[in-house]
Amino acid sequence: MVLWFLILIPLLAAPLAWMGQQWSRHAARWIAIGALSIDLLLALLLWSQDHWFQDSGQGSWLLESQTSWIPLWGISLHLGLDGLSLVLILLTAFIGIIAIIASWTEIQTRVGFFHCNVLLALGGVIGVFLAIDLFLFFFFWEVMLVPMYLLIAIWGHEQRRHASFKFFLFTQAGSLMLLVAIIALALLHQHATGRPSFDYADLMGLALNSGIGWWLMLAFFIGFVVKLPAPPFHSWLPDTYAEAPTGASIILAGILAKTGAYGLLRFTIPLFPGAISEFAPIAMGLGAIGILYGAVLACAQTDIKRLVAYSSISHMGFILLGAFAGTELALQGTVMQLVAHGLSTGALFMLAGALQERLHTRDMRQMGGLWGVIPRLASMALFFALASLGLPGLANFIGEFLVLFGSFSAQPFLTILASIGMVMAAIYSLAMMQRTFFGRQRETRIAPDLSNIAFGTLLLIAVLQVWLGLYPRPVLSTTMPVMGTLVPPAPKLTRPPSEFLPSSDSFARLRGKPRLLSREGMQGVSSEAVAKENRLRRGVAEESSGSTAACLSAVVCYGGWIKPWISTSHVSAP
Amino acid sequence: MNSQVASQVNLVTGSQMLRLLWLIPALPLAGFLLLALFGGRLSRRQVARVGCGSVGAAALITALVGADFLRAFPDRPSYHQMLWKWIDTSEMTVGVSWYLDALSLLMVAVVTGIGFLIHLYSVEYMSGTGEAGVSAPAGRAGEDHQGYARFFAYMNLFVAAMLTLVLADNLLLLYLGWEGVGLCSYLLIGFWYREPEYGAAAQKAFIVTRIGDTAFAVGLFILFTQLKSLSIQQVQTLAAEAWPIGSNVAVIVAVLFLVGALGKSAQLPLQVWLPDAMAGPTPVSALIHAATMVTAGVYLIARMHQLFELAPSVQEVVAMIGLLTLLLAACSALVQRDIKRVLAYSTMSQIGYMFLALGVGAWSAALFHFLTHACFKALLFLAAGSVIHSLGHEQDIFRMGGLRRRLPLTFWTFLIGAAAMSGVPFITSGFYSKDWILWSAWSSPLSHRWIWFGALLGTLLTGLYSFRLLFRVFFGEVRTQPIGEPGVAMRVPLLVLAFLAVTVGFLELPRTLGDLPLFSRYLSHVLPAIETIPGMDKSVEALVQIAVTFSALLGMGLAAVLFLPRATFVDRLAGTSLGRALVIFWRGGWGFDRMYDGLIVRPWLHLTRESGELIDRGYESLAVAAESFHVWLSRTQTGHVRWYAATVAVGALVLLGLFAM
Repeated sequence: MVLWFLILIPLLAAPLAWMGQQWSRHAARWIAIGALSIDLLLALLLWSQDHWFQDSGQGSWLLESQTSWIPLWGISLHLGLDGLSLVLILLTAFIGIIAIIASWTEIQTRVGFFHCNVLLALGGVIGVFLAIDLFLFFFFWEVMLVPMYLLIAIWGHEQRRHASFKFFLFTQAGSLMLLVAIIALALLHQHATGRPSFDYADLMGLALNSGIGWWLMLAFFIGFVVKLPAPPFHSWLPDTYAEAPTGASIILAGILAKTGAYGLLRFTIPLFPGAISEFAPIAMGLGAIGILYGAVLACAQTDIKRLVAYSSISHMGFILLGAFAGTELALQGTVMQLVAHGLSTGALFMLAGALQERLHTRDMRQMGGLWGVIPRLASMALFFALASLGLPGLANFIGEFLVLFGSFSAQPFLTILASIGMVMAAIYSLAMMQRTFFGRQRETRIAPDLSNIAFGTLLLIAVLQVWLGLYPRPVLSTTMPVMGTLVPPAPKLTRPPSEFLPSSDSFARLRGKPRLLSREGMQGVSSEAVAKENRLRRGVAEESSGSTAACLSAVVCYGGWIKPWISTSHVSAP
Repeated sequence: MNSQVASQVNLVTGSQMLRLLWLIPALPLAGFLLLALFGGRLSRRQVARVGCGSVGAAALITALVGADFLRAFPDRPSYHQMLWKWIDTSEMTVGVSWYLDALSLLMVAVVTGIGFLIHLYSVEYMSGTGEAGVSAPAGRAGEDHQGYARFFAYMNLFVAAMLTLVLADNLLLLYLGWEGVGLCSYLLIGFWYREPEYGAAAQKAFIVTRIGDTAFAVGLFILFTQLKSLSIQQVQTLAAEAWPIGSNVAVIVAVLFLVGALGKSAQLPLQVWLPDAMAGPTPVSALIHAATMVTAGVYLIARMHQLFELAPSVQEVVAMIGLLTLLLAACSALVQRDIKRVLAYSTMSQIGYMFLALGVGAWSAALFHFLTHACFKALLFLAAGSVIHSLGHEQDIFRMGGLRRRLPLTFWTFLIGAAAMSGVPFITSGFYSKDWILWSAWSSPLSHRWIWFGALLGTLLTGLYSFRLLFRVFFGEVRTQPIGEPGVAMRVPLLVLAFLAVTVGFLELPRTLGDLPLFSRYLSHVLPAIETIPGMDKSVEALVQIAVTFSALLGMGLAAVLFLPRATFVDRLAGTSLGRALVIFWRGGWGFDRMYDGLIVRPWLHLTRESGELIDRGYESLAVAAESFHVWLSRTQTGHVRWYAATVAVGALVLLGLFAM
């Protein structure tokens, strides 16, 4: 029942907030904050039951609630909570509150309706994180979309019409694919068992033949990646993030992007294990491309919100890289990156909004030397720029590094490519600081510094960043059981039990040639053992060098014509 | 495992002081937090007290911890302190934990000790409107006390990060410190943020070092994938077991670590950021860009020496890069006009010596030169700061001169520094450390004769550029009137450092001169002693020493001949077309900046500016196409009945025709 409370509190508070407009100026804001605070408290309460996380076995729900809805089609109101959804719900409620605080002075027209939409969208998001019936999931998926569209179209900046249309079309196209794939899955279930089902557990057990599985996986992948987004489905993002009002930008980047990642982790990867093992190198390639592509374009921006938007694409590349790497380390890094990016980008959008409110421009060419004018705002911007460039000790570093550590064993080449993104992140983050806050002052401007409330909010996010950067265990241990289930079972080729040597063949894979054991290196081991090991290793190396070639070419001819290559790469196939 | 045992042993023996180890980095960090959050509300005095006091307290605790550590030293060679588990997943466990051994204790002592002196110096150097006006060009006169607090906050953060770097027990924590010092370097180079060039210098420093850092990070990924550990001690033991000498893995990891070290330590080819970094306030240059941060690369290689021993080819590269850097930088130092840029190039050159020593396997010699260099180079920078301070922010040595009598204290301390850097025999520390390096370059089986000759040429150049600087600034005619000697807070560090610049050399007396190898004996528990090729006895060593002494004295003598009397010959030499070209070429750092500008920066800018959003254009053109299609279609909606009738008829005919076929 408590799960339904989580969803219904914001949804029911939404009309209340709309009406609240008439009662007093700030009533809508307080209602929205109140509703989200209750949600946050509820989620924290759930989180504090930490014996759960230790007791629960892998892959079981911590809390579950199921009510029949349309039995004829196998649809039920089925909610389930596990570590992953809990962490994301915490993030949603927290970022939601931040978004409302950030809009406190910016939104002055139709205040009630604005907060009504915010609450509706967030209620939808929480529903997305909890629904484990695919029909219900899709319902919430659509619930969050419309209010988001309205937020951009009504309260956005100059190009809001164009941006909101683009946003709507892209996400709707993705949703359509998702819908088709979901219905197809239900029908396939009917085909196999005689009754249709939209239930997660039922569909997990569905055996798919590889052809259909591949196409359905692709639909699930694209449907979610559009939200994430990664190239080539990202082009709605810069327009939308830049044109949306501050609060909506924070929600879009901090929360909505996470629904895409959540979908990948919850549905795409576990539902289609066979197809994923073939597809993983391509997805990781897309991730690496996203990291670099976003970073290069971020460097070119003069609009501060667009810069943050492109940096967001770059950060989301790490999600894709980590989610498909198939190691627990990378998956844990993915979760960390989700949380860290939500915090850092949310804060950066809040700062960008504050700047725009003061200077009435987002163009960094019009700024400069603001450090002396608005030191609080500037120092906060410095902090979050550093978080965004992945400074160790802050949460983003943990996310990015765990992803990179975890991905290296799967795809060394792509991981190195992704690492170059770290240099580029430094370039665009520092360029942003230089153009905006350092350098000569353009004109003598007198702008008020951050208010105490805004400063305190940002300080709180900063503290969270440091906390998770130096002590990420609370998050990592919460999601550990869930992420463990996503790791594909170990490859059939059992590696020899000798302690450290076998791992060097993954290195040989990087170099593309097998390295055999030398006799000198194996003193005290009988020569037969060496020979046997060498034979084994040669097998591994041959196979894996083939797959490296396939991956490299997959990166090169990325664009959809990769199918023939994929069939040869089954490095992580069970 | 070992470390846990060690710490338990510790509890038994009851060494209380060692347990305070965590306070050493924590105190400057607390100072930073205090200044960052409440700096604006504190008075100048309070800011100075917090900023200086936190580092001073850290130095004090270092002394206590060090004494405690040395009491049981050879029996307990290391001490491990775990604070908390940082990352804890089933595949990776990394703690925030400290590791103290002879090497890290040495580094900690230098960082806190010299750090404290420089903080003390900054209290006066950075304070007051006059000083702010003097120590930076126009624009920061409005720099009020928030700037003062900001300065000390960044400096404290730097000390904390540097201590994390040297005390880290695992490579991930080391990386945290590594990036942290880079950040502080960035913040302090760009301290006077209103100057766009300073900002550019700061960005350049950060980005160039980050290229190195990224290589370092990739090295970490490989290391972890291979060995499933990041603990510095464990990794090296495992690597030595698993990888044969010269194996590909070892070589690649060593190369990647080396690139990281090259970036931080401003060695070829990543050296370009250091001269520009002189934009920062002078105490920053002394602390970060001379004594501590730029030697982090040396520390890294020494720390990971077992790894580098597995890759002899990389070690050879280390030596060659060191040699090349030391010669190139020495030539550039010869022709600079800016007093701080001379010192910047000299720093590069001296770190080149350290790399050379590391490359030939003389680990302790490299660390010894690090120690002496930290003393004399910090001294030189602080003395230079005193000159700059008294001349109203004049940094051009061609507008200085004759300051010997006006600033006697500054002159004598500068003289001691320059003498130590050039290696004036017997009485300066630089002589002992450089002599050790050259002897190693001669006697090590990893070295070559030409490396030794190159290094010998380097000593000549060092003498030449050090004393050129001295003569230009302190001799000749007075060109700019100084306002006088600095106050106590600046004098004390100068005197202490001058004392150290002379005396630390006596910690290691070579076989030929007293034979008192305290320093190498102390480090022998961490770093292996250098091997020597057979037949290297005392007499050979004495001959090498004579050669080094002679070469250094020749350099100084040459400087005296060329620059002491009016320097007309040099001016004429520089006036020839070849001379002029050479001066420009060397002053610009051998054209590296221009090369990178053409090869990397411009193409990069082109890429970002011109690329635009190709993918987005594709989608947008879809929208445009749909729109024009709809415009075209809506044209058929004319409202004329005749037109509609005609189209119906034509359509019917076409359909009929199709069916008929």
